Amino acid sequence: MLNTISPVEAATGIALQQYLTVAAILFTLGAFGIFLNRKNVIIILMCVELMLLAVNVNLVAFSAYLNDLTGQIFALMVLTVAAAEAAIGLAIIVIYHRNRGSIAVDDINSMKG
Amino acid sequence: MLSDAFTKASTMFSTYAPIYPELFVVLAAFVLLMWGVYNRYPAGLSISIVAVGVLVGAMFLIARQPSVAQELFNGAFVDDGFARFMKILTLAGAALAILLSLDYMRRERILHFEYPVLILLATAGMMLTISANDLISLYLALELQSLALYVLAAFHRDQLRSTEAGLKYFILGILSSGLLLYGASLVYGYTGATNFARIAEVVQVSGASVGLVFGLVFILAGLAFKLAAVPFHMWTPDVYEGAPTPVTAFFATAAKMSAMAMLIRVVLTAFPDATQQWQQIIIAISVGSMALGAFAAIGQTNIKRLLGYSSIGHVGYALVGLAAAVPGGAAADGVSAVLIYLAIYLAMTAGAFACVLAMRNGRTTYSESISDLAGVSKEQPLFAFLFAMLLFSLAGIPPLAGFFAKLYVFSAAVQSQLYWLAIVGVVLSVISAYYYLRIVKVMYFDEKGETFQPIAPSVKITLGITAAFTLLFFLYPSPLKLAADAASRTFF
Repeated sequence: MLNTISPVEAATGIALQQYLTVAAILFTLGAFGIFLNRKNVIIILMCVELMLLAVNVNLVAFSAYLNDLTGQIFALMVLTVAAAEAAIGLAIIVIYHRNRGSIAVDDINSMKG
Repeated sequence: MLSDAFTKASTMFSTYAPIYPELFVVLAAFVLLMWGVYNRYPAGLSISIVAVGVLVGAMFLIARQPSVAQELFNGAFVDDGFARFMKILTLAGAALAILLSLDYMRRERILHFEYPVLILLATAGMMLTISANDLISLYLALELQSLALYVLAAFHRDQLRSTEAGLKYFILGILSSGLLLYGASLVYGYTGATNFARIAEVVQVSGASVGLVFGLVFILAGLAFKLAAVPFHMWTPDVYEGAPTPVTAFFATAAKMSAMAMLIRVVLTAFPDATQQWQQIIIAISVGSMALGAFAAIGQTNIKRLLGYSSIGHVGYALVGLAAAVPGGAAADGVSAVLIYLAIYLAMTAGAFACVLAMRNGRTTYSESISDLAGVSKEQPLFAFLFAMLLFSLAGIPPLAGFFAKLYVFSAAVQSQLYWLAIVGVVLSVISAYYYLRIVKVMYFDEKGETFQPIAPSVKITLGITAAFTLLFFLYPSPLKLAADAASRTFF
């Protein structure tokens, strides 16, 4: 059902695959950022936001090309949850900083592993 | 006039009957939150006790549901036999976790009223995930559960270990939600649906395309993370070690139940026609989890960490049953085996954590080191005996409950012609018996070391219930077997 040229593509000249590629690149960047970054937990939070936004690009693009609203509603839900997640994440980072005096990724090592 | 309006309102409200248990838990959480906030004196203890009552009440509400499958909210929420079985297990796990916490939290001076409220909210999230029948409701319920669990892991906020556990769990948890969501977006894109039943229809008609399989893999990766299955288990040992012990018990019992229920529902209701694809993945993570659980736990000295690895192994055994739950194989028997496994695992693990909480060596200090158990059988013979029985059961030694759990999953694997999987499972369970037996050896044959303080009554109650279940299950296994069989027929 996605192989025929959709009205959206006819109007904008942008194929669904291009959106999907951008989203995939953003998602991979976010995932790599989490594992390669050795500096700061805040950067990890930003990387996760990047991943969630990549998902939103996917959802909205699919929604437009399928002519189905569910995907956009899903994207709104994801945005809301991401805000709640950031709030809780920052709170945990604050209490961790109180105990450890640092939020560098390399310092999170009081337990082995 | 007024009575008309009343009847109208009550009929309108009774359409929501399938979700009453969840509503009850959520409303109770709000009421208890207000009670805690507006109470002039610390009310942690009384709120905890009321919360246990709420969880038991929710179990009764579930037991009173009619025995047919009911859908709500355009199929986003479903209440069926499987959901009811898993919800009762989850509620039992949550109630035991609160019961275990009473004494511990008081001694650690963290018996804040937020603790039972968070447990209730997490439990409501778990119940909703178990009933989720749509990618959107699955994600939202999963987040409700996870956000509460992140805070619970960091609940001992003045302690470095606990906050570190919370931070690690948070980071890896949101990473896994991201993976799950990416998978969900692909599945939505390639089927045009978020409802599991409609996804299944599309897969049946047009087959599993590459994009769809990609989405399935991402969803399974996200769920495996929540379940702590290899290769997504890295957070487990650290979080289990760092989090306050009753919270760890909650992670190891209730949280596993909901994660496994999600996994079962996703693969069996959304992808019954992509069996080939998911069965391979489930087998791979099952073997990996069993192997890691058997080998990595051997060198551990911290008992919570050891139980963390043990729980990874047990997830592997339970997944053997799911791998067998394919049409033409064990089908419903496979799911039934998983359900029995989870019920028995819940009892054994809650009991084992009760034993960990019994290792109190000072007024407020708890030991977590296995070597401190040395010679405990001389002063506390009953405790040592019950702990040894729970460990034997975890190792799968007959006639204890853990043996039957493994028996059912391996016979399901044999029914599905997964002979090699059953053989690998048996071999790995023999290897894992080593580290369970090592603890028994320390308790019975080593020189007397630490003297433990008397065990708190709430811990005794939990230990008594779970140990009795584990020891006596073989006398009367049919109720659990029948209930699990009935629940598993939901899917076949």
